[in-house]
Amino acid sequence: MALNRTTSDGHPVRFVQGNEAVVLGALHSGCRFFGGYPITPSTEIAEGMARELPKVGGVFIQMEDEIASIASIIGASAAGAKSMTATSGPGFSLMQENLGFAYITQLPIVIVNVQRGGPSTGLPTKLAQSDTMQARWGTHGDYTAVVLAASSVQESYEATIRAFELAEKLSTPVIVLLDELIGHMREKLILRMKKDIKEIRRPFPKVPPEWYFPYDIPNDYTAHPAPFGEGFRYSITGLVHDRTGFPTSVPSEVIERLDALREKIITHRKEIWNWKEYEVTDAKYLIVAYGSAARAARGAVAILRKKRIKAGFLELKSIWPFPDGPLMSAAKQAKYVFVAENNMGQLIHAVRENIRHTINVIPINRYDGHPLEPEQIVYFIKEEVYGHSTV
Amino acid sequence: MTEKSKNKKYSSKKNNKIRKNLLPDSIIRFEIRISGAGGQGIISTGMLLGEAISIGDGKNVSQSQAYGPEARGGATRADIIISDSEIYFPECNKIDLLVAFTDTAYEKHSAHVKQTGLIIADEHAVEMKMGTAKTLDIPFIEFAKKKFGNQIVANIIALGFVSSYTGIVSKGSIMGAVEDKFENSKYLELNLKALDFGFSLGKKYFKENPLTA
Repeated sequence: MALNRTTSDGHPVRFVQGNEAVVLGALHSGCRFFGGYPITPSTEIAEGMARELPKVGGVFIQMEDEIASIASIIGASAAGAKSMTATSGPGFSLMQENLGFAYITQLPIVIVNVQRGGPSTGLPTKLAQSDTMQARWGTHGDYTAVVLAASSVQESYEATIRAFELAEKLSTPVIVLLDELIGHMREKLILRMKKDIKEIRRPFPKVPPEWYFPYDIPNDYTAHPAPFGEGFRYSITGLVHDRTGFPTSVPSEVIERLDALREKIITHRKEIWNWKEYEVTDAKYLIVAYGSAARAARGAVAILRKKRIKAGFLELKSIWPFPDGPLMSAAKQAKYVFVAENNMGQLIHAVRENIRHTINVIPINRYDGHPLEPEQIVYFIKEEVYGHSTV
Repeated sequence: MTEKSKNKKYSSKKNNKIRKNLLPDSIIRFEIRISGAGGQGIISTGMLLGEAISIGDGKNVSQSQAYGPEARGGATRADIIISDSEIYFPECNKIDLLVAFTDTAYEKHSAHVKQTGLIIADEHAVEMKMGTAKTLDIPFIEFAKKKFGNQIVANIIALGFVSSYTGIVSKGSIMGAVEDKFENSKYLELNLKALDFGFSLGKKYFKENPLTA
């Protein structure tokens, strides 16, 4: 007899990989275009989209490389489709130039980066979190990134849905950072009910085409270029442009444009921030982590609390713009802050930037392609507590 | 079916030393590793077992995997962690149950099996018994070739064996998982037969050489 795949309250249940959860999240968000180039460990996302999109009237296209992949989803977005691509380190590097193009032209796209070991082709089938900074600073020029993260299959689903919501709302590229462990791991996934999914779509222009300026700067700084093919004529360019969309180099207009692009993300930062606190209220030893390292950090807190060491954990479910407010409030009574990462130390720079003057910030790193273990974090923290780790 | 076997488990544990179920009553952390070569269906086996225990039996499960960059050959493993609470680390540290299909897999992973753990290996894989854990060598691949004319079902036979010998997954759940996976496939019949064969094989071995506490 087939397995019962619904919860008692009627939610569909699946036992799937993080990558498959991304596919389900994208489809539930109304994603109808995927342009990509398969790469381990993100291939299952392309596979899933190729299988599922035609069933809902969407389009899947395998492009010749990752440069073309991101170009194709920007094009689809300009035509009004919710669009996504998925890749890993080497492909993400190729996407950097057009990432900036989507940012300056304010076309919403979602990019999922299932991180693997690097540099270069690195460790294709092993995990890393070494694109943390590339996601923030990878494209050239002054750029403000929106980056979400997930530490379980369920969170991969939720983060993908959130990414589409934010992309459409802010008209900007949103990056979802997973890693090989989360992408390939299978866990129980509880899907949302159809009625619980509120689909957010960018607003349609309220003025007739002849009065239309695509890049006006409204109060919330967010321009929503009209979908191509609806009768609104305007120019899309990667050059700095005025409200018509045509290039400008007038200093006041340049400053106005670049400020607006940043301000739209900074003013919405509290909406983007997503975090979870574990035992932070009296934590003298605070761990900060995201993604697969967050699982180990939760385990470490459980072990340390049993030994009556006042450890706490701040899990970041969004990384950029950096959630400095939540960090500062969680670290209020901390003597030490440990930043656990599967890389040689990237997120720690953002943590240090905010709290280095008051609190010791200590890195915990693993970069051999294997996930951090709770015991490793415990070992480091005990060294700080007792001066050695054998207790 | 499941209730019956549960009752049996409790009574047999008290009266004599025979264990009907390798899973303890309260699970802090139970680790299963399935290992072999790429192309042997290792990850599929892990997926089916994980799904059966998670969705079928309603336990908390994380399943991860490791494989090389090759399409065929190369060492492959699937790890399944079962716990009553949150699973922080989804890979095996100290293995409770190892299922090995190749000699390299057996030699590599048997050292990580707990003393109280169990190793179920293909007969070809075990040249010399290693470690202190109880080891069963079963000719899964041989049976698959002889009985079903296709060695690809060796992993499905092993799944049936694991279910009836160790009791870590109920028969109904693993059958459901296999049925769902091969739904509308011409190989459904073959896989169900192989699974059933595995069940009876496990029962037979249990009579001869039962699990002890």
